[in-house]
Amino acid sequence: MEVRVPVTEIVDRFLAGDRRALARIISRVENETPEGRDYLRDIFPHSGKAHIIGVTGGAGAGKSTLTGALASEYRNRGKTVGIVAVDPSSPFTQGAILGDRIRMQSLALDPGVFVRSMASRGALGGLAPSIADVVAVMDSFGFDYVIIETVGAGQDEVEIAGTALTTLLVNNPGTGDDIQAMKAGIIEIADVLIVNKADHPGADILVSQLQALLALAPAGSRRPPILKTIAMKPEGLEKVADAIDDHRRWLDESGELEKHRMSNARHQVVAAARAILLQRIQRNTSAEELDELVRQVAGRTLDPHTAAEALADSVRG
Amino acid sequence: MAAAPKSSEKKIRVLIAKPGLDGHDRGAKVVARALRDGGCEVIYTGIRQTPEMIAEAALQEDVDVVGLSILSGAHLELFPRVVDELKKRGIGTDDVLLFCGGIIPEEDSKALNTLGFKAVFRPGTNTQDIVKFVYEHAAS
Repeated sequence: MEVRVPVTEIVDRFLAGDRRALARIISRVENETPEGRDYLRDIFPHSGKAHIIGVTGGAGAGKSTLTGALASEYRNRGKTVGIVAVDPSSPFTQGAILGDRIRMQSLALDPGVFVRSMASRGALGGLAPSIADVVAVMDSFGFDYVIIETVGAGQDEVEIAGTALTTLLVNNPGTGDDIQAMKAGIIEIADVLIVNKADHPGADILVSQLQALLALAPAGSRRPPILKTIAMKPEGLEKVADAIDDHRRWLDESGELEKHRMSNARHQVVAAARAILLQRIQRNTSAEELDELVRQVAGRTLDPHTAAEALADSVRG
Repeated sequence: MAAAPKSSEKKIRVLIAKPGLDGHDRGAKVVARALRDGGCEVIYTGIRQTPEMIAEAALQEDVDVVGLSILSGAHLELFPRVVDELKKRGIGTDDVLLFCGGIIPEEDSKALNTLGFKAVFRPGTNTQDIVKFVYEHAAS
């Protein structure tokens, strides 16, 4: 591939390891500004080296604490870590309280760690609209690991598996019986299952329920390990870090990594195309035109799909 | 096309932090909540932050606004250090909107203004005034 000369000074500073440049570029990319797109175009070829870890699980499961503890474990191993922590935006005011840093205080001044909080900004699935781009920026900066912490997820927020290479599902004792776990599609995306707060009653029962559930999985599929942690202490994180590295090795050796990269890239291209089309429709349609279509649909003289076709036709011009 | 949600529209990002050793964070939380309800993305760091931790969080989060809450009386000790740590990281008082609140005597306002704090909010302030202040002054 032809080597492009970076067009802006901020990209130079980014590539030289300037953390403020990293922070500013993330903002531009997160806000999907034209500059953000330019920066990403220059930076993207440098991505693809970090191992991307997703941490998901219910609200209060200990995702932030576990993410912080896992990052500390990697720091002990001499590795650098970028963290992207997503919290929900209010559906009413679009505001957000981003509080994941509170659980990561011990990393606050570590030059080998960079923590960025993101609001979900209306995205479904536990992530944020521009998460894949922000992760690519962190990856390009040169961190060995990038950890994505999702919004508290319940049963089918499985988007994370389309962005991360290794997905951790954080469970807690006492949060439902084995049928709850059997229902949850989220279990199917887990590469490593974690029983956090393992000092609480019921931890061993949960471990055996999860084992029984995994035994029902189709033959030949990879069985995710089940690991007990007490992230607050922290306890059990060495095994988690080892399990992630094992999974990465398995991805490399089985050829799954290439498949994963292809499907993640496909997902990103399609999502970006959808966003561009939506923007074009928004540009080409006035509020009055939309209102008129909406009135017709509400009055049952037009169906929603035909109305949408009319909007989509506006970009063909 | 006004009806579509604009997920990517620029949001004001605010860091709310409590420097020093006092653990009373009710005020900080009330302000954080009011700003969230006002549509801001508020990064809340929790209590007992050092000036270095606050400046580093402001850098990593690339915030537009930093609000400091303090009740211990150490504001004239700690706030200049926060401003210094921000400057060390290339963040000047023109780059970020600074405000503070808590138990801060009237006579200290001038020193804080000189330091770069655009407003000092005291107990009894209407939270809507803080939201309004942020929207009026935050660099976009």
